[in-house]
Amino acid sequence: MRVDQRLIAEMIEPRSRVLDVGSGDGALIEHLFRTRACDARGIEINMQDVTQSVAHGLPVMHGDADHDLAYYPDDTFDYVVLQRTLQAVERPREVLRQMLRIGRHVIVSFPNFGYWKLRLQLLTSGRMPMTAVWNTPWYITPNIHPCTIRDFLALCEEEGYVIERWLAIDEGGAKAPWRRSIRLANIFGEQAMFMLHKGSASIR
Amino acid sequence: MDCSTSSNVPGEGYCHQAVHLEEGMALECGVHIAPLEIAYRTYGKLSQARDNAILICHALTGDQYVAEPHPFTGKPGWWSRMVGPGLPIDTDRFFVICSNVLGGCMGSTGPRSICAETGKPWATEFPPITMHDIVAAQAKLIDHLGVGRLFAVIGGSMGGMQVTTWAADFPERVFAAMPIATSPFHSAQNIAFNEVSRQAIFADPQWHDGHYRDFDAIPARGLAVARMMAHITYLSEEALSRKFGRRVRRDGATAQPAASSPSLFGEMFEVESYLRHQGSTFVRRFDANSYLTITRAMDYFDLAAEHDGDLASPFRSSETRFCVVSFSSDWLFPTSQSRLLVRALNRAGANVSFVEIDSDRGHDAFLLDEPDFDRTITGFLNGAAEHAGLKAGQI
Repeated sequence: MRVDQRLIAEMIEPRSRVLDVGSGDGALIEHLFRTRACDARGIEINMQDVTQSVAHGLPVMHGDADHDLAYYPDDTFDYVVLQRTLQAVERPREVLRQMLRIGRHVIVSFPNFGYWKLRLQLLTSGRMPMTAVWNTPWYITPNIHPCTIRDFLALCEEEGYVIERWLAIDEGGAKAPWRRSIRLANIFGEQAMFMLHKGSASIR
Repeated sequence: MDCSTSSNVPGEGYCHQAVHLEEGMALECGVHIAPLEIAYRTYGKLSQARDNAILICHALTGDQYVAEPHPFTGKPGWWSRMVGPGLPIDTDRFFVICSNVLGGCMGSTGPRSICAETGKPWATEFPPITMHDIVAAQAKLIDHLGVGRLFAVIGGSMGGMQVTTWAADFPERVFAAMPIATSPFHSAQNIAFNEVSRQAIFADPQWHDGHYRDFDAIPARGLAVARMMAHITYLSEEALSRKFGRRVRRDGATAQPAASSPSLFGEMFEVESYLRHQGSTFVRRFDANSYLTITRAMDYFDLAAEHDGDLASPFRSSETRFCVVSFSSDWLFPTSQSRLLVRALNRAGANVSFVEIDSDRGHDAFLLDEPDFDRTITGFLNGAAEHAGLKAGQI
């Protein structure tokens, strides 16, 4: 399991109901079931990963964040998790809304487009940056909605979401030390992780 | 079933293992049918805790001989590649039950049974039945076998309709449910196919308004055509092309003798020969009235309609673990219909896995060698067994 998945797992209360959107090989939901006795389920778009997960005994269904969250009733889950995929969905704002509708808490991680190396590459080469995290050329990238940490914060504010926790993480998924300052995190954090819940204003 | 009669009607006179329930059962249509006979087979051993029973529901023309040679055809059981010792549905571990559906012709009460009131076979007078009736009859068998909660109910095609019905009608008796290559309702297209099948039977001169037995006849031609047509819907264009292409048979009894004049049907495409074979073997084991009764039960199946259009409604507060499986090239029960079921289960907050197996072999893929499908069944059952607290390995 990746280091950032371990960080996510630590945020989740034992015995809670969890939906992992984009569950991949199912590592997180298996970990949550085995070590935290959670009722953890997954949605995954890659059929090979789905088959592998189900063949491993995990409750995973084929589907995707853009089209399948709408079918869950309000507050079905204690936590809804979206790992490293927000930038790749068709409608990030709508996906966040759906996640916060069906879950009490949302844990979302994404690669930070404000990371200094990306800024520097764009500034010096004048071309779209390429790094270990942003590793596909613009014409085939699945990452169609890149954002920076500050962009994400602005969206949360607009939508009235309350940020319970946030942290910057490095490429390997370990916690980065930029916890005090969003501005610094937005420069030096390669990825970001947020835990949100609906603010009273956004409860309609 | 009267086991002593000797007759040339297929299946007549063979004594299938069955439970006989004198009190019978009330059908959804209001008719009380008695006595009730449910033919079944079991494999493996029921555990002390009676917690390892799996019910397998067969498809339209299947039967209870799921994992052993068929007594009439001698062919291997229809799912013998899936059910048996060490196989995905492991009879070393699970107690597997498979029954012939109500309305069937392999020993369960159906149109061939004797109507108590008239003393004659029901034939076309057999009351219309539904998936709920079929499942309620199975529940009586399960009671008889002393099983309270089934560890799993598994079935493909019409078997999947039964699985879904089990989960809706008896949620507390189904720990895990696996509806495969199926749909929560029978589509207009599928009703249309069934209607063509039925019309083929009606058009046979040997049909005799369904009382063909009185004339010591069977509408073999009509039933064979029905089967041929239906069989096409079980395959896919890719599968037919791969298997037969445009190859022609020029040998054998079907080819014309060296004729002086060319003949329109002097040669036969392999696909034609294959379908004729499918048709002719089918009539030896299946009864036309059963075909009509069961296809009608499928046509009436529409779980959402019974709940004011809300398919989620029968599954709310269900504790059952679901695993829905579809096949990419299945055009009879396409993935989109499985997805409707999955989304309804999501709306109900049920625990559901959903896999579309990539295969080019059409609807029949669920009966064929598909390694990903085998892994899915094994994994889902293992995962469910862990949650059910079943002991691992052999019992």
